[in-house]
Amino acid sequence: MPAERRHPSPDTVTGDRPRSARTLDRAGLLGVAVLVLASCSGSGPQSALSPEGPIARDLDGLWDLVYMLAVIVFVVVMAVFMYSILRFRERKGETREPRQIHGNTVLEIAWTIVPAVLLAVLAVPTVRGIFDVRATAEGPDVVQVNVTGHQWWWEFEYVDLASADGHTLVTASELHIPAGVQVQLTMTSRDVIHSFWVPPLNGKRDVVPGRITELVLEADPEVADKDFGYGAGVIPGQCAEFCGLSHADMRLRVHVQSPADFDAWVAAQLEPAVVPAEGAAAAGFETFNAVCAACHQATVVDTDGSVSVLGEDRVVEVDGVTFSAQYGPDLGHFGSRATMAGAILDNTAEHVAQWIDNPSDLKPMAPERNDLEAGRVLGMPSYGLDSGQISELVELLEAWR
Amino acid sequence: MTAVAAPLTQDGRSGIWGWITTVDHKRIGILYGVTAFTFFLIGGIEALLVRTQLAQADGTLLSAEAYNQLFTMHGLTMVFLVVMPTASAFTNYFLPIMLGARDVAFPRLNAFSYWLFLFAGLMIYTSFFAGGAPDGAWVGYAPLSGQITEAVRMDFWSVGLQLLGVASIVSSANFVATCFTMRAPGMTMLRMPVFAWMSLVVAFLLLFSLPSVAIGLFQLFLDRNFGALFYEAAAGADPLLWQHLFWIFGHPEVYVLVLPAMGIVSEVLPVFSRKPLFGYEFVVFSGVAIGFIGFGVWSHHMFTSGMGPVAEAGFGVATMIIAIPTGVKIFNWIGTTWGGRLNMSTPMLFSLGFIAMFVIGGLSGITHAVVPSDYQQHDTYYVVGHFHYVLFGGAIFGYVAGVYYWFPKWTGRMLDERIGKIHFWLMLLGFNLTFGPMHILGLNGMPRRTYRYPEGLGFEFWNLMATIGSYIIGISLLFFIWNIIRSRRNGTLSGSDPWDGRTLEWSIPSPPPEHNFDEVPLVRSLDDFWHTKYAEDEQGRAVRIPAVTGAEIDVFAEEEGEAHGDIHMPSPSYYPALSALGLVILGYGFVYLSFGWIAVAVGGVVALWGLFGWSLEPVTRSEHH
Repeated sequence: MPAERRHPSPDTVTGDRPRSARTLDRAGLLGVAVLVLASCSGSGPQSALSPEGPIARDLDGLWDLVYMLAVIVFVVVMAVFMYSILRFRERKGETREPRQIHGNTVLEIAWTIVPAVLLAVLAVPTVRGIFDVRATAEGPDVVQVNVTGHQWWWEFEYVDLASADGHTLVTASELHIPAGVQVQLTMTSRDVIHSFWVPPLNGKRDVVPGRITELVLEADPEVADKDFGYGAGVIPGQCAEFCGLSHADMRLRVHVQSPADFDAWVAAQLEPAVVPAEGAAAAGFETFNAVCAACHQATVVDTDGSVSVLGEDRVVEVDGVTFSAQYGPDLGHFGSRATMAGAILDNTAEHVAQWIDNPSDLKPMAPERNDLEAGRVLGMPSYGLDSGQISELVELLEAWR
Repeated sequence: MTAVAAPLTQDGRSGIWGWITTVDHKRIGILYGVTAFTFFLIGGIEALLVRTQLAQADGTLLSAEAYNQLFTMHGLTMVFLVVMPTASAFTNYFLPIMLGARDVAFPRLNAFSYWLFLFAGLMIYTSFFAGGAPDGAWVGYAPLSGQITEAVRMDFWSVGLQLLGVASIVSSANFVATCFTMRAPGMTMLRMPVFAWMSLVVAFLLLFSLPSVAIGLFQLFLDRNFGALFYEAAAGADPLLWQHLFWIFGHPEVYVLVLPAMGIVSEVLPVFSRKPLFGYEFVVFSGVAIGFIGFGVWSHHMFTSGMGPVAEAGFGVATMIIAIPTGVKIFNWIGTTWGGRLNMSTPMLFSLGFIAMFVIGGLSGITHAVVPSDYQQHDTYYVVGHFHYVLFGGAIFGYVAGVYYWFPKWTGRMLDERIGKIHFWLMLLGFNLTFGPMHILGLNGMPRRTYRYPEGLGFEFWNLMATIGSYIIGISLLFFIWNIIRSRRNGTLSGSDPWDGRTLEWSIPSPPPEHNFDEVPLVRSLDDFWHTKYAEDEQGRAVRIPAVTGAEIDVFAEEEGEAHGDIHMPSPSYYPALSALGLVILGYGFVYLSFGWIAVAVGGVVALWGLFGWSLEPVTRSEHH
């Protein structure tokens, strides 16, 4: 023994090895069990593991493949690992010195080549899958939607669907799509990078200012009748790229409808909103014109039958495509929407009143930093309206279905 | 042991001034380690606050504004103020000793790196008291990070990271020079310990990757403060430029974080298996390969950003390739244990835990490489789960193994094994309970960097589990801290070689004298110290060589000047700390432009004063003993 070893040898310092080794066994088994059980869950309405359309199903199929391979590799490697540490752990009083093996070239070659082969197997469907997902939907039946990301809400414009007067269908936070039909999203952002994500229908795609990105959505025909907790055919989604204060509150709902219901919805949305002739709603309309129209558009038909668009058209041009880019959502059919404020609240009179009174109470925003000249819109300010004005506005907005 | 009259340590300086002026790599290593551990506790508290907010749907503990600062600072702290400096701590302390050297190539530059790290880290943290901490995520994507210029939060972030980058760059140059020029006679490159190799690879990774993020940060700083348009889409710029510049650094960075821990595991496993590292050359070369390939995969952080299918496919395949050298390491580690006589001490448990957790994290990384599946996984809690498995279950477990392994060398006392085992099992349990469920949450649709989530999406249960797990991690750390405090005072005395080690640090006293080796060793093989203790019989089993006093290590003492006791150690100096202080004052000035120009000038003068003093002072003390 070397002269310096006046202290307890490592053997006695460590103590109860068999017990810790058995616990290692149990921990390992527990871990595998959790892994397997976890793969069985996937029932949430925003889950990528519950695809509701062909593209999401392809992605889920690739996930199943790689997950299965990963579990197999994990079990094999961990089995060898656990065997080694249990078989070769030091027993009490054991003094055998192991053989001083430095390596084995054949093994090195084998465990370099086998993983490479497994990865090659994975690479083929991976590359094919990329090109499939990135393919643009084409044809006359494809529904074309321009998507503009804002801090902190989604704007949708159905570029091929216009009223007789030429006003296209513009809405916010609610994306209605016909079931069984491809929907081509052409997207950009008005400010910072966001990401459009509705997991049961497709993977996510970033929306980038100054660039166009594309995504295809398609829901299975039967989805229009499925209820995930938000009504028939409604699938939730949300922004998936950190975009500031209300990133978590920048949500959306996809309403999957039968083609007939979708057409009916489109027709209703293309009808201009009626300017109320009398009552509280009429007073609300005065306020709307004076205050709200600075940022929110609405296509309205007056008592004399003339159709006009309140508020200024604001757009961004990217690579020759014009994207609607309002400061706030179009409100011409606000009453028809199930949610508000970026799909975080149900559209009720109470919520609308609270919102108009002080939007920042309901959603973290920074309207004091708004700089409209420079194009920076960080939320809706409070306009100090009194409760009478607010209730009149609520009457108006809920009447505009 | 040849009696040597040790030169006066720290040039006679003691107490705080001794620490501020030290250029001894061992003291600098301790400074790095203690500072990094303190930041680890702070970053952990940030994490606990985040987890408490997310334990329930629609949490109200934190406002969005507070939450965004906390998760940003958690990431920044853990990456730049904890894991990197911890690696530095170990490299600082042990690289010279493992190479048979008395110090690094540039001891004062070494001190400068530490002080710049400390002051820059403190500077970033003062932002909490100066209007708010950075809140744009640790990756600070443009244009969001350039959007709000009235508040200086993201200026603290960009300037702070630049200063930390300088500290890392000079430290890396130092370590490269040390590896190439200061190895003991007979120590060829392929006789260096794996930990030394990994430190060398990491130094090269930093030298080549940091310039990219430095450029990105400069451009962002100019956008924010001087009206530049590098990331302004409206002016025709491409915001994706930021992501490329960041991730060309960011991806090699993750190997910077984990390779030193892999080096530590490569040291611990052979000692506690009582046999050599299996496939030493393959482990070394796979580390080098990971370094190289690591520069070719950066856009796998950008699969959903709109690059297009060709780029996505290219980077996807490249990412799959990097799994191969990683697997080689893991298989060689298992091969090291195979046929050994395994001592399940606490360092061994943490190293084995590293292997198991890294297999999980590595496999979830491969699922990311299946690009279409990544379109669902990206920017969700699935990614958060993945990188915590490789960075916490991997890197941190490896560094904790290093603490239990080398504590005796630093202090002369053993850490308590029973408390160590409680620490290990609690940490393993808490860690898996926290981060395992995140894979489920991500695939179930929970994005990351969200201050709250609503009811109805099915996120509540696993979030609550993850929060409970995070508190268990916290409790395990209390055991760790207790173990350290208790053992420093009452731990069993260790002697110089408590573990029957293989590498040179176990051939010198615990703790080592300032000059490390009385006589510079002559190295005849890999694991040379082990071979002075053990030979092999006909079956290749280790056989103890009868102990010889004194001449266990060959003496290399040809020159006259190297006679007993005549060891020249570099003198302490306050100029490194002063230069670092000047740079950080200058940094404050840049954060607070335009009246900050005064601080820029003052800081510049102080830094120049420090650099001039540094250049002109003598390097070694004049006394001979």
